[in-house]
Amino acid sequence: MAVVSSANSTVMNNVEAVRATLYEAMKNDERTVILGEDVGARGNVFLITKDFIGEFGERRVIDTPIAEASIVGIAVGMAMEGLRPIAEIQFADFIYPSFNQIVGEAAKIRYRSNGEYTCPLVIRTPYGGGVRGALSHSVSIEALFYHVPGLKIVAPSFPDDVKGLLNAAIDDPDPVLFLEHKKTYRLIKGEVPDGHYTIPLGKANVRKAGTQLTVVSYGLYLHWALEAAQRLQEDDVSVEVIDLRSIRPMDKTAILNSVEKTRKLLIVHEDNKFGGIGAEISAMVAEEALFSLDAPIRRLCGPDVPSMGYALPLEEEFMSSPAEMADAMRAMVKF
Amino acid sequence: MPQLGETVTEGTVAQWLKSVGDSVDKYEDFVEVSTDKVNAGVPSPVTGTIRELLVKEGETVATGTPIAVIDEAGAAKTAAAPAAPVVAAAPTAPAVSSPNGAPAAAGSESVEVEGALRGASPAVRRLAREHRIDIRGIKGSGSNGRVTADDVLAAVTAAPSPAGTRTSTYAQPIPGSTVTLTQARRIIAERMVESKHAAPHAWSMVEIDVTDVWSWRVREKDRFERESGYKLTLLPFFIRAVVESLAAFPLMNARFVPASGSGQSSIYVNGEINIGIAIGLATNLVVPVVRRADKLSIKGIALAAGELIEKARKGKLGVDDLAGGTFTVNNNGANGSWASAPIINGGQAGIVTMEAVVKKVVVRDDDSLAIRRMMNSCLSLDHRVVDGYVASGFLADLKQRLERMGPQGDL
Repeated sequence: MAVVSSANSTVMNNVEAVRATLYEAMKNDERTVILGEDVGARGNVFLITKDFIGEFGERRVIDTPIAEASIVGIAVGMAMEGLRPIAEIQFADFIYPSFNQIVGEAAKIRYRSNGEYTCPLVIRTPYGGGVRGALSHSVSIEALFYHVPGLKIVAPSFPDDVKGLLNAAIDDPDPVLFLEHKKTYRLIKGEVPDGHYTIPLGKANVRKAGTQLTVVSYGLYLHWALEAAQRLQEDDVSVEVIDLRSIRPMDKTAILNSVEKTRKLLIVHEDNKFGGIGAEISAMVAEEALFSLDAPIRRLCGPDVPSMGYALPLEEEFMSSPAEMADAMRAMVKF
Repeated sequence: MPQLGETVTEGTVAQWLKSVGDSVDKYEDFVEVSTDKVNAGVPSPVTGTIRELLVKEGETVATGTPIAVIDEAGAAKTAAAPAAPVVAAAPTAPAVSSPNGAPAAAGSESVEVEGALRGASPAVRRLAREHRIDIRGIKGSGSNGRVTADDVLAAVTAAPSPAGTRTSTYAQPIPGSTVTLTQARRIIAERMVESKHAAPHAWSMVEIDVTDVWSWRVREKDRFERESGYKLTLLPFFIRAVVESLAAFPLMNARFVPASGSGQSSIYVNGEINIGIAIGLATNLVVPVVRRADKLSIKGIALAAGELIEKARKGKLGVDDLAGGTFTVNNNGANGSWASAPIINGGQAGIVTMEAVVKKVVVRDDDSLAIRRMMNSCLSLDHRVVDGYVASGFLADLKQRLERMGPQGDL
């Protein structure tokens, strides 16, 4: 697919979209602060903040020690006192030490202070596998935080959504966990409108319309689901693919409207199946739209194993594929 | 000629939808029959070929009179003449005299039937219920012969609705020309004059704060529509309040009985509360009735009204849907009407309207200003039956009940 810049847009990949959005935020609002491991002198491991420290100075682009609890804890304090911190966890696999700061502090500030304080904090982190990242550079962490009221979770898959949703996350008065699938960083390119814009948090997007089956996904798997649905289209099998974009709040309306049309639901995500995002979506649809369902809901998700292995066959065993997704879609349409 | 209602004794063949030699599927409408207010398609009792049409279009015959002969598919051709099924009228439905008279052997068929029901998904069961289709009569296209939701919908659309054809052929009147009255239009005209002439109409209006009941409706409407397929409007909430007020003011649920040879005039207080809903259509006005509305919850009223409105739009109301009303509600505000003076449905004591719901700045009891959703409700009453004292009491009661509804609760 050829992607061409137009008068009002620029073609970028996902990593460039993150960089451009962060740059604009730094430029437009001096309350914005970026902090994390290697975000300063090294310019981030994916070069997202390259040269930022030179332009904005080390008081606004802060290299931290390898101490995730401190990164988030300090950012919470900054946010409560009027700054707009964007904290980076270098890889989602390293987020666990900051769990208490995110769940116990950031998510509860507004409630705990009876609305006197808010915590306008963005925590960005690359997640996901398929890059030979093995135990400590492959994990999906969304379900661990999904259960926590007070926390928003965003996982864009296309560069235009990256920009609009990151802007919305920065503007949001409460903490937002912003997940970037690292395999899509340079793989996915698209037109990104010029100028400032936001995409509301909590709104899904129908990336491909269809009539026989609803597929809900996000991240790398969304792109594979789109590829599979496109393949099936050639055989006149019509699949609707919904890009969830915001994992929480979940866009119930978009999902229910689609399921009521297609009467069948398949959820695909890379994160483990048990207790995953798909479980919540399934439960919601079963509660709200049982009498629209013409087939059992199905989830195609990561296996319940402790980690993706480093060896290629082990990684491939963990990851799904467009072919496997197409088979699952075909079976559900036929049901 | 099938019997289209408990009290109907004859019917007119309005239009044959099939000609001699046409094939017809079981349950497919093959003739349209009309009585004074109702048009109804009559489904074929068998799959087969039309051999003979016994009654001409426009002809009126008594119920039970044979109107057509259908050769059943698969029946022995030689046995045709005397044994072909004759479509006639049984007390409540068209009946078939089967060529061999013997009921189909149960056995293997009933096993398949159980299978079809067991494999039916929630969507299939819901669609079958909504469209009154028997899943067991549908051939499944899904895995292992499962009947899918699409199969049900295909079975529904297989028989084209005659009502659809009728509305689409309705012509706009030409300015400067005379329009011949349809039977329905003529009856409406007669009854309006009769009611306006016989019943001295008096009129009153209240303004009702519907903010809370509105939020209740908004809270429930998406779920209700998903579960039932009908839109949740303010109408069922209003009807619920009306029936409660009617129970408190039984004279509003009465009718004036004029003096006749056998006795002096009197007032009859109805035992049942049956609410007519005035529905305007392109060509006429119908007032189907939610029977025993006082025994129904808001949800029950919403379902009953939803079904009646859908039937009305499709021209499928039966005589029984229109009979027995004791009081009428007119949802008049959809197009922004702010007040109206409706004509009472003959034989009733009153009719009450719902006018447009509008946001207004109101001064509340504590002198604060608030933006509230307000709705006028207008009452026409038969002054022979009640006076202003009762009528205004009724309206005040209605207002109070509606204002107490919501903003949440069980429908």
